[in-house]
Amino acid sequence: MPSAALLEIASRGEPVAGGHRLCSGCGAGVIIRQMLTATDYPTVVSNATGCVEVCTSVYPFTAWNVPWIHNGFENAAATITGAEAAYRAMERRGDVPKRKNKKPMKFIALGGDGGTYDIGLQSLSGALERGHDFVYICYDNGAYMNTGIQRSSASPFGANTTTSPAGVVIQGKQEERKNLTAIAAAHDIPFVATASPGYYMDFTRKVKKALDVNGPAFLNVFAVCPLGWRSEPEDSQILARSSVETCVWPLYEIEDGRFRLTFRPNVKRPVTEYMQLQGRFSHLFKTGNEDMLTHIQERVDAEWEQLLKRDRREREENSE
Amino acid sequence: MNRETQVLKTDAVTVEAEAAEAPPQPQRQLLALTGNEAVAEAIRQIDPHVCAAYPITPTTQIMQEVAQFIADGRMRAELVPCESEHSAMSACVGAGAAGARVMTATSANGLALMWEVLYIASGMRLPIVMAVGNRALSGPLNIHCDHSDSMGARDSGWIQFYAESVQEAYDNILQAVRIGEHPDVLLPVMCCMDGFLTTHTSENAEILDDAEVRDFLGKYRARYSLLDVDNPVTFGATDLPNAYTEHKYQQVEAMKKADAVIRAVCVEFGAKFGREHGMLEAYCMEDADTAIVVLSSTAGSVADMVDTLRAEGRKVGLLRPRVFRPFPAADVRAALQDLTAVTVLDRSHSFGADGGPLFTEVRTALFDAPHRPRVLGRVYGLGGRAITGGEIRALYDEMETDTAPTFRFVGVRE
Ligand SMILES: Cc1ncc(C[n+]2csc(CCOP(=O)(O)OP(=O)(O)O)c2C)c(N)n1
Repeated sequence: MPSAALLEIASRGEPVAGGHRLCSGCGAGVIIRQMLTATDYPTVVSNATGCVEVCTSVYPFTAWNVPWIHNGFENAAATITGAEAAYRAMERRGDVPKRKNKKPMKFIALGGDGGTYDIGLQSLSGALERGHDFVYICYDNGAYMNTGIQRSSASPFGANTTTSPAGVVIQGKQEERKNLTAIAAAHDIPFVATASPGYYMDFTRKVKKALDVNGPAFLNVFAVCPLGWRSEPEDSQILARSSVETCVWPLYEIEDGRFRLTFRPNVKRPVTEYMQLQGRFSHLFKTGNEDMLTHIQERVDAEWEQLLKRDRREREENSE
Repeated sequence: MNRETQVLKTDAVTVEAEAAEAPPQPQRQLLALTGNEAVAEAIRQIDPHVCAAYPITPTTQIMQEVAQFIADGRMRAELVPCESEHSAMSACVGAGAAGARVMTATSANGLALMWEVLYIASGMRLPIVMAVGNRALSGPLNIHCDHSDSMGARDSGWIQFYAESVQEAYDNILQAVRIGEHPDVLLPVMCCMDGFLTTHTSENAEILDDAEVRDFLGKYRARYSLLDVDNPVTFGATDLPNAYTEHKYQQVEAMKKADAVIRAVCVEFGAKFGREHGMLEAYCMEDADTAIVVLSSTAGSVADMVDTLRAEGRKVGLLRPRVFRPFPAADVRAALQDLTAVTVLDRSHSFGADGGPLFTEVRTALFDAPHRPRVLGRVYGLGGRAITGGEIRALYDEMETDTAPTFRFVGVRE
């Protein structure tokens, strides 16, 4: 199965052309390619302000071989709902331009964690609640990278960012991450999932499912940022897998309210393995900060335990 | 607005529509409607693809009526009832980029919350039509009429109409669609009417036949559409300094062209439906020595005082710009340059500036005139405060003295 799917994906052409200005090793660059090759639906993309938007659309060039719109920073979701409503209204009146691909059109909104967890949360929530048929994909690189690595509510505890710096008395970000995936799920929409481009078959399967369901879907996707994390570009795919294997970024989906882990590591690796590859955590490995490392590991363990429990419980309930 | 007014024509006007054949027996209706009801009726007749909106006094009623029209099967539009005005305008942009005909309505804080996206809508050259019920901006919170909301947005790249009456509010909306969508223009249009004074006041208005409206508007075919997947287009690219100025300059050119298109559409509308509104409306201006320049519904009260003063033998007049963006500077200059004094009434202020926004426009327009009248600026009516007949009379009296200050507030307790 996987090989056939891969073959199909490889034959789909490049929806995002090379030559854009994203950094080497940028996770988001991988995500947008995987997201658009996951299906062959005719797809419209609405992109929030941020690295992906800026790096792929510098006039007179564009990397996008699909219809694409950038409106503002906080309104990628609202923007796509306008396009989706227009599609429905225009389809009814026969006003949609003719196309070769007769499959129904699909709508994707794309934003970084800043544009999604923070400034775009209201727009996202409204769009999910209104039930538009679209998929929101958040590439979560854990900070406002485009403006120079400022903290967001997705930045992990302890991370050194330019607005939560590691200093003499404060050791990086003091707050935990916001659980945006849970917030999206609380909208009771048909499909919510986490994903990582390190597990690309899982990711592309989720993109396909998200596009196929009728109504809104939300995907929270782990995105490595070598510049902001001070990691090596060649470590990006390693990090995209190690985040999952350490359970820092568990892979799960919630389909019609039913929770399911989509990946369980055989061996759960220690978080330090993941953190050591990133300069944004280097201060935590200094003497005196052992408590913070312990705290991070305990938090990851506790969250993973909860997810395991939930997965087990729902499996039992659904197998009855 | 039953007074005999004079529509100022210029050479730019072409009367191509006069030859058009009259539709068979149009069912026009004279109805008592509020501004909101008339605008909602216009939206029903236009039946855009998408309306995206958020409630705010005094324009909430417009989208309520649209929702009811849709619920009753009298419209086919998709209503996107957003969670904020920021999202409403954002959805309008998404729908507009998809190639849809798009409409919305708002006021005051709602317009302020849209601010960022107003510029994006015009920069993307999307002919969105928005009804604005003019209301004071917070703070302090005040739901009543002044023009601080739309005047604050005067540089956002939107065409701006200011309606005096319910009839004009209705007519403006219909014309706005044609004007914004014109290939030479492709700009969003804001159709302002006074909050409560027009949005909530019943007046007689003639409502056209649905078929007439359809024929007048025709079908909208966007040159570029997000839904044209076989010809994918990038909307909202990033500009570096090498391109941004040129893109802004194209908007300048579009605004210039909008001037001629507005005139042509007004003439066509007049020929077809018997009501011709120009860029500005002049009342008793032919031999006037002094005049008041004012926007929107206050023109009615000023015209009343003009009648009174004319009966007393005084040569006074009234000039009401109907279009503020693009500003009809040449017409204003031609109408005012031979007067001795002009008072410009502003229903909003530009804090720290030499006067209100209309005042500075009018004064600038007159600077190049061979003969310039004295131009006085008066701010009135903030947050819904009424201007009285006595106050208007005093404004005319004042123009006949040498001691009137260039700028002052009307009726302020200092
Ligand atoms: C309303 C508004 N506020 C602030 C900004 C400045 N800004 C542009 S991109 C950005 C950060 C984007 O961060 P994120 O969404 O995480 O995406 P990334 O840059 O990491 O790809 C900020 C703060 C803006 N463009 N608009």
